[in-house]
Amino acid sequence: MASTDTSPQAESQDLAGLEAGLDALDSVRVERTPFTQVLLHKVLPPAVAVVLVLAVWKVLVLAHVTDDYKLPDPSAVWHSLHELWLRGTLLDIVWTSVSRGLLGFLAALVLGTPLGLLVARVRFVRAALGPILSGLQSLPSVAWVPAAVIWLGITDSAMYAVILLGAVPSIANGLVSGIDQVPPLYLRAGRTLGATGARGAWHILLPAALPGYIAGLKQGWAFSWRSLMAAELIASSPDLGLGLGQYLENARTDSDMPGVLLGILLILFVGIAIDLIVFSPLERRVLRSRGLAAAAR
Amino acid sequence: MAPALTTDPSGTAVVDDDIPAAVRIDHVHKSFGRAGAAQPVLDDITLDVRPGEFVCLLGASGCGKSTLLNLVAGLDRPTAGTIEVPGGRPALMFQEHALFPWLTAGRNIELALRLRGVARAERRPEAERLLELVRLDGAYGKRVHELSGGMRQRVALARALAQDSRLLLMDEPFAALDAITRDVLHHELTRIWSETQLSVLFVTHNVREAVRLAQRVVLLSSRPGRVAREWTVGIPQPRRIEDAAVADLSVEITEELRGEIRRHGKH
Repeated sequence: MASTDTSPQAESQDLAGLEAGLDALDSVRVERTPFTQVLLHKVLPPAVAVVLVLAVWKVLVLAHVTDDYKLPDPSAVWHSLHELWLRGTLLDIVWTSVSRGLLGFLAALVLGTPLGLLVARVRFVRAALGPILSGLQSLPSVAWVPAAVIWLGITDSAMYAVILLGAVPSIANGLVSGIDQVPPLYLRAGRTLGATGARGAWHILLPAALPGYIAGLKQGWAFSWRSLMAAELIASSPDLGLGLGQYLENARTDSDMPGVLLGILLILFVGIAIDLIVFSPLERRVLRSRGLAAAAR
Repeated sequence: MAPALTTDPSGTAVVDDDIPAAVRIDHVHKSFGRAGAAQPVLDDITLDVRPGEFVCLLGASGCGKSTLLNLVAGLDRPTAGTIEVPGGRPALMFQEHALFPWLTAGRNIELALRLRGVARAERRPEAERLLELVRLDGAYGKRVHELSGGMRQRVALARALAQDSRLLLMDEPFAALDAITRDVLHHELTRIWSETQLSVLFVTHNVREAVRLAQRVVLLSSRPGRVAREWTVGIPQPRRIEDAAVADLSVEITEELRGEIRRHGKH
């Protein structure tokens, strides 16, 4: 028997060595992707796609598939952009919409988070509000514009009302599904450590629900932005500051197709930019720190 | 609640049993389901774990060993009978490591310290000390997903120890590990147990593991769980799982366990 002819110390040494070997063999090495890889796999493909779209556009224009006023040359859209820039109104227009969108989103965050917590944790509230919240998510928020205009007039308040009605359900639902997906094991482990009640919510439940919550925020921002653009398009008035939606509507009434296309592209660009600057890095950080980075690509 | 079996502060026995216990399970019954159609899971379990004692609860599936551990941990209440844990809330370790993935290894331990009320300045050195105890000195800043299965269970053990409870409950903590890692962890657990003089109530379905670790092995019958038989393991530590004495006793206990399981085949 091996155990009878080795001393306890030697055996302990032996096991410590074995343990160190196991630790070294089994540990997961996490490596960051090098910058050139990021450039090659993340930046290059979308750039190629954009160039392709522009090329197809240009070919269609050169082939005269339709009238100039319906499909202007890409350079005409570029010219509109340049003109806006020279007039000094470009940043004003973008900022008017972005500030409305972000402010509305923050208000939706402040309202949606406690609402989501209530729906997730209080059975009666869930039974009462859960289906309504899910239903509201599938209602296009543009449907609220007429009501908001009658209630609040063509004002900033009407814009914010439409944003809230679009974004609050997304944010609340995101938190609810985040909490629903928390593995019960974490809650049990938390309770054995003494995290009950508010301490349990703060130390265990909320951090565990964070990935779902952030997904909800991301969707909430998309809904905020969409709702705002719908509201600005329909409820445009000279009294309100000129935002992207109004710019687009003005270009339509002027039959200014390059302006219309520019408006659409700017709306798209802002939506993507906010997601890339704010939400995607946040989501990536949270997922990576939990070893879920593969899911975030 | 039925009157608790306990001793008063002067140390004199209030109830007949005057030997101090780390946990005292007294005629505990547990059933699940509505009254009338209730399924008994535990039937009249009486079991004491003495301070510093290492007890393994052994049984086939359906014997309610995890249920019993949950009752002792206070995660559930017995249908009848009392469970007394004089040292306060016991620490509990699960089969899955149950570490929080949004915290580093060190922060997981610090959270346990914080919830226990340890001052901020003392948490970090204490967490480092506990990591050293489980031989993971460099792992403070490691994320859970960067650790191997065995390392995760050692961090989980360190977090359980951070609760500074005199009683450690373990629910098949090594069942998901490979044989060599499990062997190493048996050794570590035995070492830490003898260093800290904790009382351990360890649930397993692995007979050899029970004999390798325990001073006392308690065999539970299945459906409902009852204490079927007890063995005192006299083999001196450090033992090894391949020792002849461990093997011999394992054969004897396995025979008994098989008998218990066979009873369920006959109707």
